[in-house]
Amino acid sequence: MLTEEIKRKIEAEIETCPNTQCACIDALQTVQEQYGWVSDESLKAIAQFLDMTVDELDSVATFYDHIHRQPVGRHVIFVCDSVTCWIMGFEDIRDHLMKRLGIGLGETTSDGRFTLLPIECLGLCEHAPAIMIDEDRHWDLDRSKIDIILEQYK
Amino acid sequence: MERPLTGNIRPDHEPLELKDYEQSGGYQALRKALHSMTPDQVIGVVKDSNLRGRGGAGFPTGVKWAAMPPREKSARPRYMLADADEMEPGAFKDRILMEGDPHQFIEGMILAAYALDIEFAYIFLRREYTVAAKRLEKAIAEAYLHNYLGKNIIGSGFNFELHLHVSAGRYICGEATALANSLEGRRAVPSHRLPRQTDSGLWGKPTLMNNVETLCNIPHIINNGVEWFKSLSRSKDGGTKIYGVSGKVKNPGAWELPMGTTMREILEEHAGGMRSGLKFRGALPGGASTDFLVEDHLDVPMDFDSVQKAGSRLGTGTMIVLDDQTCPVGMVHNLERFFAQESCGWCTPCREGLPWTAKVLKAMEEGAGQAGDLEVLEFHTRALGPGRTFCALAPGAMEPLESALKFFREDFERHITEKRCPWR
Repeated sequence: MLTEEIKRKIEAEIETCPNTQCACIDALQTVQEQYGWVSDESLKAIAQFLDMTVDELDSVATFYDHIHRQPVGRHVIFVCDSVTCWIMGFEDIRDHLMKRLGIGLGETTSDGRFTLLPIECLGLCEHAPAIMIDEDRHWDLDRSKIDIILEQYK
Repeated sequence: MERPLTGNIRPDHEPLELKDYEQSGGYQALRKALHSMTPDQVIGVVKDSNLRGRGGAGFPTGVKWAAMPPREKSARPRYMLADADEMEPGAFKDRILMEGDPHQFIEGMILAAYALDIEFAYIFLRREYTVAAKRLEKAIAEAYLHNYLGKNIIGSGFNFELHLHVSAGRYICGEATALANSLEGRRAVPSHRLPRQTDSGLWGKPTLMNNVETLCNIPHIINNGVEWFKSLSRSKDGGTKIYGVSGKVKNPGAWELPMGTTMREILEEHAGGMRSGLKFRGALPGGASTDFLVEDHLDVPMDFDSVQKAGSRLGTGTMIVLDDQTCPVGMVHNLERFFAQESCGWCTPCREGLPWTAKVLKAMEEGAGQAGDLEVLEFHTRALGPGRTFCALAPGAMEPLESALKFFREDFERHITEKRCPWR
């Protein structure tokens, strides 16, 4: 489950702190980068590698928004639903995305292309409404822009 | 008007590389401090400058620095946590500083570390700031290459290591002790770190936590001195401030202005006023967890003491504007739903009370408001107020609610009596 490269990355992280546990959030993120999500098997492997119990690690993994404990699509769309985006009409963007993709929040399209998730303020308030797809930010959105943006993600 | 913090920032451009940053005067403050100032002199200058923490609380930076235990008797290593976890809804100023001039932020950290004999620092960066992450990584690598970081920094004998930590989310990480728990690889739940985090922070060692904008001010204070820094400000808090405006104004954005610029000037001159056809009804002056201010407050100078006197908090200085065609109840519902979701769940009033307020507000929005709902909400503003919960999350959540009940009471009442949201 943990490739040599992943182990090297986690070890480099452990170097920056006085124990192994402090690397666990980075380790979860590293594994997720590779596999898209953190499976029970991955969780066990990381826990063993960091000398933590599985439950201890899972309590951390399930606390944070950006650790996926369920499979996600090839691309994850994060729709900001915080206050400025609310004022600027994020609901229209969200509803359009749900209709276009035929899924609700927290769901993945049947072809495995997109997962749609809500997210708290992205810190792009001067360009609201905004969304993030994978690592990319998209802002000053309206319905027509959404259609063009989605085409970039295959 | 001088704009020290944003002088190097060109929107839509890559930030200055190390060489260009040096040419614009960068790392001069660090050279000056390392070669001609003692650590105590650096602390003294920061203390005299009246710089107050830009993360939201406005605690005097020099006082916080002076609270670190004396270096001779200190447990080691000593840590710094640079709080780059800008997650307050409505806030985006630190993003602009980190994306626009990462070396300025790094130089500020090295100066703070030199002043306080700190060996190791972490930047705690929120996951969504992907552009800032790439630029900071590059700038940190450049700084190591040119010996501004690492061992024996530019021949001074001072050693300092800097590491970027990308968080995995959650608003509660903005709470100082929760942030420390998160960095230690735990759930980000606030905890006691007694007597103070400066004594017993990361792994029980002395830890200084400062916000990005705060640290970005340090090089300029060292370069130009206390009097210059104070002269930038229109209030007794020194310096400039990055103010931001979002909502339905003509020109949303952020601007570096003298500390103490009025809300009216920021709104009308910089944000261009309201979009046509809309009127200003109020604003959360410093992010989601601050009390509404209304039209009567437009001439309040946006500095820590003045905004507090007006009944709110300067917070992050990034205001969220409510217009007359947006429902105040809906806005407060959005805020309370957010706070309910972001409660870490550790203490009961916050875990139970916030979802309750969100549910009452949702019912009002859906036309199911009942007589007595306003009293239920008012009860919560007291029961979740300061001193009733472990940390400041719930009291912060109550600030927009309590003030909305005061300023927009009629709107709440209409939702109940008309059994609908009048804005839909």
